[in-house]
Amino acid sequence: MRSVYLDHAATTPLDPRVLEVMLPYLKEAYGNPSSFHSMGKEAKLLFTSGGTESDNLAVLGFARANADKGRHLITSALEHHAVLEAMMHLEKKEGFRVTYLKPDSTGRITADQVREALQPDTILVSIMYANNEVGTIEPVAEIGNVIQKIRQEKKQAWPVFHTDACQATGFLEMDIEKLHVDLLTFNGSKMYGPKGVGALYLKRGIKLQALLYGGPQEKGWRPGTENVAGIIGLSKALELAQANCARESARLIPLRDKLIHGILTRIPKTRLNGHPTERLPNNVNISFMDIEGEALLLYLDAAGVYASTGSACTSLSLEPSHVIFALGYPYEVAHGSLRFTLGHATTDSDIDYVLKVLPPLVEKLRAISPVRVDEKYYV
Amino acid sequence: MSEYSQEPISGTTGDVTTKDGVKSWFYSDVVKDHFFHPRNFMEDALEADAAHYNAIGKVGSPACGDELRVWLHVDPATERIAEFRWKTFGCGSAIASSSMASVIVTENGGMTLEDARKLKPQDIMARLGGLPARKFHCSVLCDKALRDAINDYYRRASKFDKIIVEASRIIDPVSKVTDHDIEEAVLDGAQTLEAVQQKTKVGIGNPGVLPAVEELVRFYKEKYFG
Repeated sequence: MRSVYLDHAATTPLDPRVLEVMLPYLKEAYGNPSSFHSMGKEAKLLFTSGGTESDNLAVLGFARANADKGRHLITSALEHHAVLEAMMHLEKKEGFRVTYLKPDSTGRITADQVREALQPDTILVSIMYANNEVGTIEPVAEIGNVIQKIRQEKKQAWPVFHTDACQATGFLEMDIEKLHVDLLTFNGSKMYGPKGVGALYLKRGIKLQALLYGGPQEKGWRPGTENVAGIIGLSKALELAQANCARESARLIPLRDKLIHGILTRIPKTRLNGHPTERLPNNVNISFMDIEGEALLLYLDAAGVYASTGSACTSLSLEPSHVIFALGYPYEVAHGSLRFTLGHATTDSDIDYVLKVLPPLVEKLRAISPVRVDEKYYV
Repeated sequence: MSEYSQEPISGTTGDVTTKDGVKSWFYSDVVKDHFFHPRNFMEDALEADAAHYNAIGKVGSPACGDELRVWLHVDPATERIAEFRWKTFGCGSAIASSSMASVIVTENGGMTLEDARKLKPQDIMARLGGLPARKFHCSVLCDKALRDAINDYYRRASKFDKIIVEASRIIDPVSKVTDHDIEEAVLDGAQTLEAVQQKTKVGIGNPGVLPAVEELVRFYKEKYFG
């Protein structure tokens, strides 16, 4: 049977070129990893176990180390849980105040919203570069610019700006200067690199409190023996991703738009979630009214198409996607959302195949559904 | 760009992986069969013949992730269920459970209403060859919708003495979860609000009832486990 993998935002296969550079470090013993990766020091990178740890280290580590300067934090309602739950923890258990900015219905946060939310004791703003579920790209450079100006006006070193760029790395510009970011999270598993390794870019002069204790590695900010092969692989994956970024984006955008347009025109009662143009080149997120995402996911799976859903049925909490909620849509719209994320292997004929198998499956599930979602949510 | 393998990431084929890719579970062949080939669902053409169905039941809402409607044709002479039609908004487990329930109550000449009222979610689960633990709540809805329809039959037949309103108190009117359901969930090992929600779906999409649920969880925990 034909197999079409469209879940690249969850994880990507390892690029053979990345594996190749990692192999020597897996096979042979290297004496002293800490003295080895001078690259990390030059680039001001802390290596971690992945995006989740980098986000936690940025949010928890910065807030705890700088609590004497202020106790107010700003983030958005559609952040990854690694940021959102760290923020909630600081709010509930450690006496910080957090403002959760609400995006518009396309998932965009504006620089003006950030400016208006700033308080005299705001020390940290964390807004993601691009959303993992609905693919909306946030105006990170504009937000960074606002924050930088505030610092200059006040002649102080805070607030600082963190962005989670895990989904953006393969597609968007990663120029730290242009983005005006002080902390930036990225990982390897979304860009054909190894899993279980990530990094936190850290502007010089920024203080963090470590999450782990017990060693001098990474100046004590991230103790524990480094995952050398993983770090080598991550670096190679980043190099390849940035080199291919423009070409791969140009190749995927027409495929993405063909899939979006094809679904919206062939299947009634569907809506695109996220922004129509300010979205990741590989992200398609559609709500199919009147049906539940997991059921459709399984039908597609049987047809060889691998996607993901914001439905509650695949989450531990039974609550559907917080991101679709944050866009202002009700439970039934969130339950019926499906995400297709394209990647290196995706071809034009893959898209044709999805557009061929999908409509009858939606029709079949609608035939056994008693629900009729209000048309205000999809017209 | 063909240097990458097109093989799916393990754990997705035929089954489901969670969003974070960590947890996966596996459906039995019977569940898959009923999910891909649902039996006895209400087709539009049949639904037009409303007079044929002499009992209707409903439970859940799209907000809580599952909604199930049941149409019965009960033979008035024998009070056996001749036909069980359903429509379900829900995941694979919910659809398979609805389909299996329709088979159980109509096979061998059809269950009597009195027997059908005793149908338990465990009976449906057993015939399905089991469901993943976190999918248990999906089968709970079927027997509730069935009992709702049975009461509707007696109501229409003016046999009011046969109507059995659930003795327990309904805590969440949307999921129709009762205090008894919460007691059962706690006895079954659920120790927290989240664990009780996993088993019963109480308060999913209706968070206003959660304080009352939390209180009951605490009450039953103390009652049974001190």
